[in-house]
Order: sequence, then C-alpha cells, then structure tokens
Amino acid sequence: MKTTIERSALLKALNHVQSVVERRNTIPILSNVLLEADNGSLGLTATDLEIEMRERVEADVAQAGAITAPAHMLYDIVRKLPDGAQVELSTDETGGRLLLISGKSSFALQTLPREDFPAMAQDEMPVAFALLGGDLRRLIEKTRFAISQEETRYYLNGIYLHALEDDGQALLRAVATDGHRLARVQMAQPVGAADMPAIIVPRKTVNEVQKLLEEEAGEVSLQVSETKINFAFSNIVLTSKLIDGKFPDYTRVIPLNNDKVLAVDAKSFAQSVDRVSAISSEKSRAVKLSLEGGRLSLSVSNPDSGSASDELSVSYQSEAMDIGFNARYLMDITGQLDGESATFELADSGSPTIVRDGEDTNALYVLMPMRV
Amino acid sequence: MSGSAIKSAPMSEDKQPVICRDCGQINQLAIDPPVKRCPACKSPRLLKHDELLTLGIAHLDCDAFYAAVEKRDNPDLHDKPVIIGGGRRGVVSTCCYIARIYGVHSAMPMFQALAACPDAVVVPPNMEKYAQVGGDVRQMMQDLTPLVEPVSIDEAFMDLRGTHQLHGGPPAQTLVNLVKRIEQEIGISVSIGLSHNKFLAKLASDIDKPKGFSIIGEAETLSFLADLPVGRLWGVGKAMQARLERDGIRYVSQLQNMDESDLARRYDSLGLRLARLARGQDARAITPRAPNKSISSETTFNEDLTDYATMEKHLWRLSERTAQRCKKQKIAGKTIVLKLKADRFSALTRNHALPNATQLADVIFETSRQMLQQVMKDKPGTSYRLIGVGVANLVTAEGADPLDLADPDQQKRKAAEQAMDKLRHKFGDDTIKKGRGL
Repeated sequence: MKTTIERSALLKALNHVQSVVERRNTIPILSNVLLEADNGSLGLTATDLEIEMRERVEADVAQAGAITAPAHMLYDIVRKLPDGAQVELSTDETGGRLLLISGKSSFALQTLPREDFPAMAQDEMPVAFALLGGDLRRLIEKTRFAISQEETRYYLNGIYLHALEDDGQALLRAVATDGHRLARVQMAQPVGAADMPAIIVPRKTVNEVQKLLEEEAGEVSLQVSETKINFAFSNIVLTSKLIDGKFPDYTRVIPLNNDKVLAVDAKSFAQSVDRVSAISSEKSRAVKLSLEGGRLSLSVSNPDSGSASDELSVSYQSEAMDIGFNARYLMDITGQLDGESATFELADSGSPTIVRDGEDTNALYVLMPMRV
Repeated sequence: MSGSAIKSAPMSEDKQPVICRDCGQINQLAIDPPVKRCPACKSPRLLKHDELLTLGIAHLDCDAFYAAVEKRDNPDLHDKPVIIGGGRRGVVSTCCYIARIYGVHSAMPMFQALAACPDAVVVPPNMEKYAQVGGDVRQMMQDLTPLVEPVSIDEAFMDLRGTHQLHGGPPAQTLVNLVKRIEQEIGISVSIGLSHNKFLAKLASDIDKPKGFSIIGEAETLSFLADLPVGRLWGVGKAMQARLERDGIRYVSQLQNMDESDLARRYDSLGLRLARLARGQDARAITPRAPNKSISSETTFNEDLTDYATMEKHLWRLSERTAQRCKKQKIAGKTIVLKLKADRFSALTRNHALPNATQLADVIFETSRQMLQQVMKDKPGTSYRLIGVGVANLVTAEGADPLDLADPDQQKRKAAEQAMDKLRHKFGDDTIKKGRGL
C-alpha cells in the first residue's frame, strides 16, 4: 500500500473514526484503524464492535493495499504535523509496519493485518429514509440530555426513536428519560419512515452522530432494521447496533390534566435558576419555586453555605403553590428552549410537571419535582 | 483509681426505705422488727434497701425469654416443661424454668435434654416473633429513658439516673412500674438488677431470677463480690479462669486483696480490669445504640440450597419483612444489599444503589433478585446456607419511591403494596399475601 493524502483531510477523517475507538481495549485490533487504499481514495474504518464508522477521503493511491494501525497514535501524529503538509502512508516490504512520511518527519508504526479487523455483519436494512441533518440534529440535541446513565435499566441508555401517527399527523419521534425527566421531541415523518421498527439508539452512537452533524448540514440517509441503524453522510457511514430492550410506555407518565399554567421569559428564567443555584451543593440541588399571582420567587437554601433568592414577573393565574426542582435538570431543559417564553404546566408539588418551548408543539419535557 | 467510690454503710438508724413490688409504694419502715407486708396493699413482696432511693443503673433481663413467649401464646404449655430448640443444629436454645428443674439448660444437645426430661415439649424457635416481643419490651424501656443499651434481644441496660422529677419517683419505683407494665401488657416476666454501674446491675439481675428484683448498693459492693468465683467477673472466660486458677485465684475476694499494679503486671490490661471489677468499679457508660445504618432481614436455610427458585421465595419473604420494618420506622433506603453465605461459611454481599430511596418490598425484591441471579450465574453450583436482604444509606420515608417517569407501572405497584399494608395493619400480617410468598 502506498498513498499520499493532504494532512487536513486525513486529520479530519481520523478525528471522526478515532472517536469510536475506546481508550482501553482488551482486544488489540480494536485499538486500530483499518486503512484501505484503492481507486483514488483512502478508506478509514474504526469499530468498538457496537459502532462501526467508515469514511472515505480522496487520496493519490500509488499502490492499493490495506493495513491496520493504532488509531489514537496515528491521529496524534497527524495532528502534530504542520498545516498543509502532504502525508505519505505506505507499508514496508514485509508489510509489518506502516510508514508515515511527511516532509522530513517519518514514523514507523506497528500494525496488525487487515484480515484480523472485525467487520460488522452487513444485515438487510428493510427501512430506509432520508432527513435533513438539521432536523436529525434537533431530535438528538433536545433529547439526549435526558438519557439515563443507570446501567441496570439499560433500555434507558439511549434515545427511543419511533414512527407514529398522532392526531392524524405522521410523526418521527425521539424520547429519552432517566426516570426523573423526560424529553419528547418530534418532527414530520420523513417519507419511507412509516414502517420503521421502534428502536433505541445507544448513547455513544447518539453522541457520535451528533458530532458528525455539527460538520454536515446536508441530507442524512438512515437505514433501519430491528437490530441495527445506519447513518449515511456524504463520505461517512456509521453503523450501530441498537439497544435490545423495551422502552417503557412513556405516554402514560405524561400528565394530561395539569391545569396550573406558568409562563416565563425563558432566558431570564434560566438565568435566575442558574444564579440562585450557585449556592446549592452538588448533592442536593433543589430550587424552590414559589408562585403567587404574577410573581415567581426562586430560592435555594443550603445548610452548608447559606441561602439565595430571586424574583421574576411571570404569568400565573392559579392558586399559590410551592414546588421544588433539581436545578441542573431545570437548566438542562431551559438550555434546550428556542422560543422566547417557556410554559410550565403544573398539578401539585409532588406530581410531574410539563415544560413546553414557547409556541413549539414539537418539543415537550416532563420533570419530576423534588422535595424542598 | 482507688476504692473511694465505695462509701461506708450509712448509719441505718431504725428505718429504711422499702418499696412494694406490687403497688409500688415507697415507705420508710422500721428495720427491727422487720415489716413483713406493705402497709398500703398488704403485699409481702417488699424490697428493702438503704440505697433504694438513690441507685439508678438498671439491667433488665427477660426470664426464659423464648419459652415465656411460647407459653404466653399457648396456655396449654403453661405447666409443661418447654424447650425451645431443635432444627438442624439440635441444641437447646432456651428452656423454661420447669424444664430447668430436670437439669435441662441452654446449649445442651437436644437428645441429652430429652433424656433428662422426656416429657418436655419441644417448640421450634420463631425468631421473628421473639424479635417482635423483644422490640416491644425495648420500646417500653425507651418510653422511660433514651439511655437504653440493648445487650441482646432480651436484655438491656438502662440509665435512670436523674429521672426522679420526670417520672415522679426514684428509679426503683419506675422499674417496679415497668416490670408490672411488661407483665400486664406483654405477658412475660423479667428480672431487674439495680446498682451503681453496669457490671453490678447485670450481676444483680441474675441473683433471684425469675421475677427477680435485686439491688447491689455501694455499701455492700465489696462484700457481695468477695464470695463470687472469679468466673462471674465480666470478661473472665474459661481460659482466663484456668489461668487464674493456676495462680491460685478462685474467688473475687482474693483479687480484692491484691494490688492493682501487681495484677496489671501479671495479666496486662486484663489484670487492671480484674482489679477494678473485683472492687465493683465499672466506668462504662450506658450508650444507646447508634441509629440504624441499615435495615435487613436474613434467614438460615434448614438445608443448604442450590436452586434459584427456592432462594427467590425466601428472598421475597425477606424483602417483605425488610420493607415492613422500613415502613414501621418511617425509613427508606437508597441502597439494596444482598447477603449470601455459602456452605463453607464464606459470606458475600452485593450492593446496588437506587436512583430513589425505597421502602417497598416490590423494589427491594426486584433489585435483590437481579443481584441474586447475577451471583448464581457467576458461581453456578454453589450451595448457600443463608440469604439476607436489606436497605442501607437510610433516609426518611418522605419522598421515597416517587413517581418514576421510566416506569409507568411503578405507582400502580406502590398503590397495591400500600393497600396490602393497610389491610395488614387492620386485620393482621397474615391477612393478605402475594402468591409468590406462598
């Protein structure tokens, strides 16, 4: 194998694929990236056996071939090369080492044969549809903060993505919850998605896709089966296994009769929560909201450090009430709001509260109160 | 420390405080000729002591506790020798005073006990019930003072000093009333030892069991101890006794006559303790047990178990019991602890932290069940002799088991369990059970 590639293109691709590679691996080959040079391009593939990321970049290929080399080290080397440099990758005569030459710098890396690299089985993907990168990004961004870290309820460790029909509207909906808060974000159903199975996309996959979406605004093609999902960007294909579990019936925990409505200016509310919670401890970050008339008092009291309070003018017509929330959870939600105002639908201080993003009916959040 | 704590006997003029153990009345009565009956109720159960009104450290010990509870619950056993024990180990756990007449004593092998007393009724122990009764007794003690230090399920120390104002009488009177209350409301008898420190109080409670009430005052401390064999001293076991015997020391009086530093030189720190105990000095305070760090229930199987299904049944029962205790104490736990003992006595525990504190049997069971499955998967074929489940990381019950957005059925199960608890509360624990508990 012998190929020459522009440093920045190689760096970008390596940056993508090395992110899939775990820092610690008991199986040596999983630390490596598979390099495949042919037909005027270089293919880079990395996997952790759950996710496989393949990227193709243009390259001058003098001699086709393939080899695997340590992903993080290769990335580190290329990162430290000067901007605009050309990088030559080649294997030595015996094929045992990868030689990297750029200007006067040269490196020889240990390799493992390409035959050892575990390829992810290519299943049949019965459902395929495309959506705008921006739409997919919105689904992910607004829900992923609620993904649970709890290992025993593994089926909560991802975003529940499913197609449904609601009020005559065909929707593609993303839901995540950790039991304390729940995020439900939807969009008009892309053509071809109606028959997709309900799937749980694991957190790591969600994060990788999110990173790729930050660079690519164009269309993304999705292919879905019962066990795998495949995201195809222009040069990158990410295939991931899905979480094999049953997502809880979230519709039953979304309250329907919360009749006390509080409308706040989203930005000043978020700032106020942030302000008063400066005094709260890591352990119990409860912010107490006291509602009376058009006034909202926010207060935090921390026996170790003192107390804080703030006040906001709000729209609230129901009877006076106090309710407490975890400050971080509140800020996680307010951080997702795009509209100028946020609406809270409350029942009582012990029941779940709904938070809506201004006029946007496509995003809904449910938050459990805390005792204060 | 010297013997300065021991005062010389007060000059008993011609009268002495006397308490009636039936009506609780205290009188100053003539010593000579001795008054034989309570002036108020004519009861002969009079307790006379010069220091009756001043001593305040008590030791309460239930009489033949397990047997007494069984007799209480089954009047047919009342006049029969009863032995609590059996099971796999086959030793006498407790025997009633009738059985003791035949020479039966606790820790005796069962076959030997039955040889000595063939008519004995053997009752398998019901620890759950005893724990319940023991708890009731303790509660009555705690009603009088927070300074209750349990020693075991059926005995405890109490520090009643300074409660004269509060209870409207000296500790002796408070204790007489306590004994009556325990007899009337719980239906078992207890023995009391009253003295000026823990060591002597415990010795005193043993003096005239059952239904005893004995006092060791400061005045007679030395003379009381003098005649005791050294084995009665706290901390002197068989080995120490043999060692003392080799040195020719058999009675406490001998220790009393020895120099403290000499004893310390011979037997190190133990010697120092011997010197002090021999003189009736014991500075240990009565410290109520620290608040619970965890609540748990465990059971030892009659036969070692290897199959999951049977273990799971036990686990459910224990989960229910743990939950019940949490609910009773209005406590919830954030960590579930599974405990297992394998046949070779190796103990094993597994912890699982919950997102929310719980006091529900359902949650305790589901969580511990997963841990059990994992353990049994990791070590297949192991046989177990004990299983236990508990909650730790305790918090108050308020806010426990909140609605879980990721578990829509959780509130339903919670409501069902609470409904069952209500029924149990109203009609008794066995009113309703889940099918898996059968």
